Amino acid sequence: MQVLYGRHHVRVFRFGLRLVRDEQVAEDLISEVFLDVWRQAGKFEGRSAVTTWLLAITRFKALSALRRRKDVGLDDETANAIEDTSDDPEVVAQKKDTSVALRKCLTSLSPEHREIVDLVYYHEKSVEEVAEIVGIPENTVKTRLFYARKKLAELLKAAGIERGWP
Amino acid sequence: MMAMSKKMLDQEPSEIEMLLPFHAAGTLNARDTRRVDEALASDPELARQYAVIREEYAETIHLNESLGAPSARAMHKLFAAIDGEPVRKPSLSTGLSARVAEFFSRLSPRTLAWSASLGAVALLLQAGVIGAVLVKNQTASFQTASLSIKEPSSAPFTRDLGASVPPRALVRFTPEARMSDITALLDNYQASIVDGAKGGMFRLQFGSRALGKDEVASLLSKLQGEKIVNLAVPTP
Repeated sequence: MQVLYGRHHVRVFRFGLRLVRDEQVAEDLISEVFLDVWRQAGKFEGRSAVTTWLLAITRFKALSALRRRKDVGLDDETANAIEDTSDDPEVVAQKKDTSVALRKCLTSLSPEHREIVDLVYYHEKSVEEVAEIVGIPENTVKTRLFYARKKLAELLKAAGIERGWP
Repeated sequence: MMAMSKKMLDQEPSEIEMLLPFHAAGTLNARDTRRVDEALASDPELARQYAVIREEYAETIHLNESLGAPSARAMHKLFAAIDGEPVRKPSLSTGLSARVAEFFSRLSPRTLAWSASLGAVALLLQAGVIGAVLVKNQTASFQTASLSIKEPSSAPFTRDLGASVPPRALVRFTPEARMSDITALLDNYQASIVDGAKGGMFRLQFGSRALGKDEVASLLSKLQGEKIVNLAVPTP
């Protein structure tokens, strides 16, 4: 268990943190996730990668934690309202730094767009694995990521950054 | 802004367009990778979008890496909770599958891709070493042959390579090979990983008894024919 924890806890923590946006809650999450893994180890049949299994449990726990917290919702409007408390896109644009603006806009995506971007780009999950983790059809994985990227382009455009697409 | 969003969202993406992010992350199968490569080579607009995707990919990794790591509190909390759990003894087979699963799952597609490249280099080096050994042994066998003429026995001169050692092979799996496929293959061949991931090659040991030369050749030929095996070469 120590080996499993050592290998995967950072990624599980980061995935959870991007969903719940609270370090304390994310730390509690990883304890819950690995405790579940300890309890359910016999049920793991090896049909998917261990990381896919871990991320699916993390997602479920994160959404449950979000539901418990009345001050954080899952809709775009609430998420965007929270994000607007720091630098707004115009301030970011003034920095004339596309990388900073891009990271800021990645943070400003809705929770469902954030998770799909993270799973594909950071956690390097395939279409099939994302479908398994999120519990949606494979075609929805592809279209959801496409529209997440469209949304990202909109946010960057609003911040005055043109990247030649769309 | 709203009008722009509406217009953008109305635009239906093509299948290839939707596969671009997965291509950038290296998680497509061989067939789709080839389709995207061909499309990128012939469509400048798609290539432009791909460049944007590569930028998003890099920044997403950068953003996640900047999130840091959890404190030791999480680990203490977990192991305190585990200490409070009833003791269980996992079965041997479950333990073995879990270890194999862990071993392969920790290799990301990026790592596997690098491993495959390194594996090719390692293979060339190995070929060089084998070649050098053969050349050296050729000289030695000439001397032994000249001596054997004087011996009354007509039995061929052979060198003991350790008859009691079960056969071993260096194996490289295809990038598409899933952990469950590899576990099944290990079960089918009664094989175990004795050393692994050096240059993308895994050293497998087959069974627990030594095999004849023909049996080893047959085993390797069968192994080489497996869908998830890219390369299988004998090794001491």
